[in-house]
Amino acid sequence: MVTATQSGVGPGDEESPEMSPLRFHVPVPTVRPGDEPDFSHVEIPPAGTVERPPVDVASEDIRHLAHTIMRILNRDGEAVGPWAGTLTDEQAIEGLRAMVRTRAYDARMQMAQRQGKTSFYVQCTGEEAIACAQQMALSAGDMNFPTYRQQGLLLTAGYSVLEMMCQVYSNSGDVLRGRQLPVMYSVRDAGFFTISGNLGTQYVQAVGYAMASAIKGDTAIASAWIGDGATASNDFHSALVYASVYRAPVVLNVVNNQWAISSFQGIASGNAATFASRAHGYGIPSLRVDGNDFLAVHAASRWAIERARQNLGPTLIEWVTYRVAAHSTSDDPSKYRPREESDAWPLGDPVIRLKNHLINRGCWSEEQHRQMEEDASAEMLATAKEAETYGTLGEGPKPPARQMFEGVYKDMPPHLQRQLEQIRQGY
Amino acid sequence: MIEAVRDAMDVMLLRDDNVVVFGEDVGYFGGVFRCTDGLQEKYGSARVFDTPINESGIVGVAVGMGAYGLRPVAEVQFADYVYPAYDQLTQEAARLRHRSNGQFISPLTVRMPCGGGIFGGQTHSQSPEALFTHVAGLKTVMPSNPYDAKGLLIASIEDDDPVIFLEPKRVYNGPFDGHHDKPVRPWSDHPLGEVPEGHYRVELGEAAVRREGNDLTIITYGTMVFVALAAIEEAGIDAEVIDLRSLLPLDIDAIEASVKKTGRCVIVHEATLTSGFGAELSAQIQETCFSSLEAPVSRVTGWDTPYPHAQEWHYFPGPKRVAAACKRAMEY
Repeated sequence: MVTATQSGVGPGDEESPEMSPLRFHVPVPTVRPGDEPDFSHVEIPPAGTVERPPVDVASEDIRHLAHTIMRILNRDGEAVGPWAGTLTDEQAIEGLRAMVRTRAYDARMQMAQRQGKTSFYVQCTGEEAIACAQQMALSAGDMNFPTYRQQGLLLTAGYSVLEMMCQVYSNSGDVLRGRQLPVMYSVRDAGFFTISGNLGTQYVQAVGYAMASAIKGDTAIASAWIGDGATASNDFHSALVYASVYRAPVVLNVVNNQWAISSFQGIASGNAATFASRAHGYGIPSLRVDGNDFLAVHAASRWAIERARQNLGPTLIEWVTYRVAAHSTSDDPSKYRPREESDAWPLGDPVIRLKNHLINRGCWSEEQHRQMEEDASAEMLATAKEAETYGTLGEGPKPPARQMFEGVYKDMPPHLQRQLEQIRQGY
Repeated sequence: MIEAVRDAMDVMLLRDDNVVVFGEDVGYFGGVFRCTDGLQEKYGSARVFDTPINESGIVGVAVGMGAYGLRPVAEVQFADYVYPAYDQLTQEAARLRHRSNGQFISPLTVRMPCGGGIFGGQTHSQSPEALFTHVAGLKTVMPSNPYDAKGLLIASIEDDDPVIFLEPKRVYNGPFDGHHDKPVRPWSDHPLGEVPEGHYRVELGEAAVRREGNDLTIITYGTMVFVALAAIEEAGIDAEVIDLRSLLPLDIDAIEASVKKTGRCVIVHEATLTSGFGAELSAQIQETCFSSLEAPVSRVTGWDTPYPHAQEWHYFPGPKRVAAACKRAMEY
């Protein structure tokens, strides 16, 4: 046998420098439980300093926008810079109401889970501005492909809170017939695609939906949602490839809330690049935006949506925010991050920031705000009581067992008919 | 059979504006097996187009298109490449209707050439049907001939649920009797090679009896249908040969009627043995036909190895192995 190295050039022929042992790198967060919170690595430029490019800008001309943070609200509650001015007083107050209601909804459902009325819940505390403001920038007919932390989309779209709660309770009023885990809503008429528990899958589906809309010459666009952790999934990269190749009319949202259950965002990013900058490898324009600034979220969303509608293709937006609550009711964040970390988050709270801005603007007051919060709490309490008349996961009426056999296929095939008959006979 | 598959897509592209056809090399070139040849020219690149080499993306965008209201027909170039799309097929396409209570559906058809006998080695020869029949919400189809291929593909595209459409590539160009050293017989020589023009359906869930017989029942599908027919012909066995055509939904009534008549059953498929579709068939036959059985239900399949290259004809369950299994069942 003649081996490849017996003739020609092979390893070791060239003189190499002395070799040192290779080192394996695993990213670690700057702080852990017991440490002082430290966000000095999050560089935050002053509000109003990031330019607003024309919507038909080439991606290579705005690479720097993937490495900054676009902000409108400054520390004094003023709206400043070229992105400001997309919302009237009334619209901004509606946005505030959407966030306040979302927070009140979360509080009520979190408590219901603690009371044993359901198995599972996911709050979006601190991230309300992102879903609520983008939903205000979308139009009827557009389709969101959300994760489980975008309940703000439904609350802003005016969807029935009663139906949301019945879904969380998996009760006899659940429009999804008790088949889905709590919070995995599906509301086609509100532009809300059925949520999957398998992270990332919806991102490329949103691109397919947008491609379909373009194939049909429709005017609807899609909005794709993913968290910082799931940007590591193949579906994220698939979505960017397909969106780029077919110039799909889609907004690609990355909600960077710093934490994927217990893994800090460096486990997905390697701390080597921002999530926004990933888009540039695909020639997709991207923005990096203060996700706790309602006005900035609305303005950036509107910019990306306009690009999609004008056949300028996809836009990726990294929303820089912080997951104040636990990942879910099954998680205890004190095990992996300092308890006080959320208080130290330098971009503040989205509700307080918009409230202060509206007061500063002269169209809102502390008293009106207190009333709004009270109204929202009362609404959620009353609606939860009504939802409980349809049962909870623990007690009362539930969707019947037959429901699990229905809807597997359009028409029930013979093997499922036999199994349904067997369950009736007590097999 | 290639022309029949193309004809089915042509018919459906013409009939329904919501049908779109895409996959790797599918557009301008017309597919590596030529199944989409001429369709882009005829219907334009918004209806028939090339995709990046990314199967999870192909199926992922198909799910989104189906949710929008299109009727996507996606090609995975070889069934051996479908695995990156398994998540999108099994957790998404298969589940949308159920988890959204009908708000979103996945009326997609995913075509993929499968099976060996073409010296394709382990990455161009697999038969992964059992990975799909195991999944609630999917339908799985495998035609054995051009007539069925066209009718089943039209029925699959018109189906409002996701259909895995497996095309045994060894029979693309003619029925194969398992004797690889003999010249290929073209479909033009065979009655099932006659494909009517225009629209017709072969319904999913209906098996076909390819040969009536009294001594034994052979249950098979895809490439192995004609191998089984050749095997019993050569061995002089009066077997009934059932071509399942669709694995899920399964025509258990046709199986039951035949096995109760003959009392003996041999299952033949090209896929590997363990947890293969034959295991499901065997279980259902003993559940429904136990008191009629005169011999154990046996299976002739590919071995539990990767599909080999040089040893292809040792792996392939050819007519000798099928005939031998039939004789064992007869002599039991």
